[in-house]
Amino acid sequence: MDAILLQILNGLDKGSAYALIALGLTLIFGTLGVVNFAHGALFMIGAFCAVTLQRILTLSQTTIDETRTDFLGNPMQVDTPYVVLWFGESTGAAIVDWAVPLAILFAIPVMLIVGVVMERGLIQHFYKRPHADQILVTFGLAIVLQEIIKAFYGANPIPTPAPQAFRGSFDFGVLVGFDPNTIIYPYWRLVYFAFAAIIIAAVFAFLRYTTFGMVVRAGMADRETVGLLGINIDRRFTAMFGIAAAVAGLAGVMYAPINAPNYHMGMDFLVLSFVVVVVGGMGSLAGAVLAGFLLGILESFASMTAVIDLIPGINQIIIYLVAIIVLLARPRGLMGRRGVMEE
Amino acid sequence: MQSFGRKDTILLIVVALLVLLAPVILNPFPQASSLAQFNAGYPDLMQRFVIFGIFAIGFNILFGLTGYLSFGHAAFLGAGSYAAVWMFKLLSMNVIPAIVLAVVVGGLFAALIGYVSLRRSGIYFSILTLAFAQMSFALAYSVLTPLTNGETGLQLSLSDPRIFDPAATGSLPTTNLFGIDMRATTTIFAGPWEFQLNAGYYMSGLIMLVAFWLSIRIFRSPFGMMLRAVKSNQQRMSYTGLSTRPYTLAAFVISGMYAGLAGGLLAAMDPLAGAERMQWTASGEVVLMTILGGAGSLIGPVLGAGFIKYFENIFSKINDSVLHTWFGALPDGLETALVTLVHPFVGKGWHLTLGLLFMLVVIFLPGGLVEGGRRIRGVVGRRNRKAGDPEARAASKQPAE
Repeated sequence: MDAILLQILNGLDKGSAYALIALGLTLIFGTLGVVNFAHGALFMIGAFCAVTLQRILTLSQTTIDETRTDFLGNPMQVDTPYVVLWFGESTGAAIVDWAVPLAILFAIPVMLIVGVVMERGLIQHFYKRPHADQILVTFGLAIVLQEIIKAFYGANPIPTPAPQAFRGSFDFGVLVGFDPNTIIYPYWRLVYFAFAAIIIAAVFAFLRYTTFGMVVRAGMADRETVGLLGINIDRRFTAMFGIAAAVAGLAGVMYAPINAPNYHMGMDFLVLSFVVVVVGGMGSLAGAVLAGFLLGILESFASMTAVIDLIPGINQIIIYLVAIIVLLARPRGLMGRRGVMEE
Repeated sequence: MQSFGRKDTILLIVVALLVLLAPVILNPFPQASSLAQFNAGYPDLMQRFVIFGIFAIGFNILFGLTGYLSFGHAAFLGAGSYAAVWMFKLLSMNVIPAIVLAVVVGGLFAALIGYVSLRRSGIYFSILTLAFAQMSFALAYSVLTPLTNGETGLQLSLSDPRIFDPAATGSLPTTNLFGIDMRATTTIFAGPWEFQLNAGYYMSGLIMLVAFWLSIRIFRSPFGMMLRAVKSNQQRMSYTGLSTRPYTLAAFVISGMYAGLAGGLLAAMDPLAGAERMQWTASGEVVLMTILGGAGSLIGPVLGAGFIKYFENIFSKINDSVLHTWFGALPDGLETALVTLVHPFVGKGWHLTLGLLFMLVVIFLPGGLVEGGRRIRGVVGRRNRKAGDPEARAASKQPAE
């Protein structure tokens, strides 16, 4: 029992990332009808927002401390971050420590701008072109974006630690009544899951309970009629593209402490996220979220030693295997609407 | 357009001449000159031109004609490579059994994956092929290690049985074609120029010509017309009572065999095979080649393959010191500025250039380099574009969903 719970928990963080990226992909597909292969790159840019903010916050003033010497006997150079100088010792150190959560505030405007520029600058010219062209141009864009990031940040992963308070693990098993030391779970992964849950709830609430969201949903159902009613649906869809980009970016920001960001992390996630979207059903938001968590958890179950002993290599291929089975048995995906991308 | 027309014969002859003279044409700069680094006439690179040309020709038979966008073709290339290396290990260092088995394995593998994937079309087909290829990649890395030697890659060793060859002693044997060493290179010196004629290159080149001829035949055959009909309107095909599945499956298997052939040739030139040849980025590369050259045109994929492989090699060799010599004549400040400006696009950053180029082609030239050439000819010759050859016109049509 505790082993099962442990695997479910282990699957949650990856599942959260899949769900967030797949949610954005589905939003874009559902509103604009565009298959966005550059969505993984947006996730990656989000993660690098965290890296950038961390670098900005640790920009330091170098002073020479005459009272101390380094190992060569010369006066020691001391780097003091400007934030420490401005806000005092304790507040400044706390700000540096909390760089990743603070990057959320930094990433939202950045990602909104990136998303809107992308949509207005490139994607809007591809609405009338076939899906194959959309895939190809966004695939090219993904290459360009990741190469730009590589040119600025290098090819190596950049460690971006979580705040001190959330490092390490805690005994989750004790909380739910198991023996101590059966379920040890890192704090940050729980934070990530909670964060993902909040974002997903926020997106759904936004679509469900605001007028803006209502118009967007109407546009998803019948774009032409909404346009005929005198509503500028294009502008709202552009905004939705920005929001989808922000969702992917936030998923990336918070993922940075789990996996040190590198320039190809987006591509790694993109392939899986597409599989998630297709399994969930193209155009179904709830399906994308459900499939994201489901596949994340399945992946974690498949990597149990007992399972690997039974079917070797299953942990590597489980997601693809499930995708193939789902696509063949239920072409619309788990919760897909009838008639979306069906021939 | 049903038969092998005069135009096609001319095209084939031109390509044959290009392949024959490539070691000369691709080495336009004297060996000692500073421009010699742009020479592409060395065996290793020329082999890759023709081999990836074969790969792209095969991919084009599927994507260019039927519009089915496969993101998993590298799996067949990888499988072909593994099969060929196994032949080298078990039977003989002669390349014939290796290449034959590579084609067969590529075809069988494609039949298996195609049979399942072709049940769906559009993006679902792309995802299915991608999923299969990624599965093969992951398995080649992990569980199939006895067959693929995992991360290290499959290599020859002295203790291999090689039942038809005399026991190898000392160094590893090299691949050959009935005694002709694939690595044999004759260097011709013509004044300051240096031309390298390589046996492996000419064998691959010959095979590419056969593959090219075959692809022209397929394009011009009734079967090719069927595939084009699938691209333009599959639904109408079904309504007329035709099952399109056998046609698309045949196209898929043929392109899989081309990929297997390319994989086998890669192994024949350099007898090792690694799982990274199956990764989806490798599949993406062949898509790039085909689109860049011109999907649906005959010569486009070959051009695209040559273009990408050339720039991959040449662009990635340009480093800062080369840039400094280029801009050396300029004032210092301007020189530094230009070097900094160009730096991200060359050397290790050449993928950035490739990505930008690819985007520009997709945005402005959906027909690829072939359409670009046609437009230039149209402007220069003030010719009515509609009179262009039908095959190039088909290229500008969009792939089906």
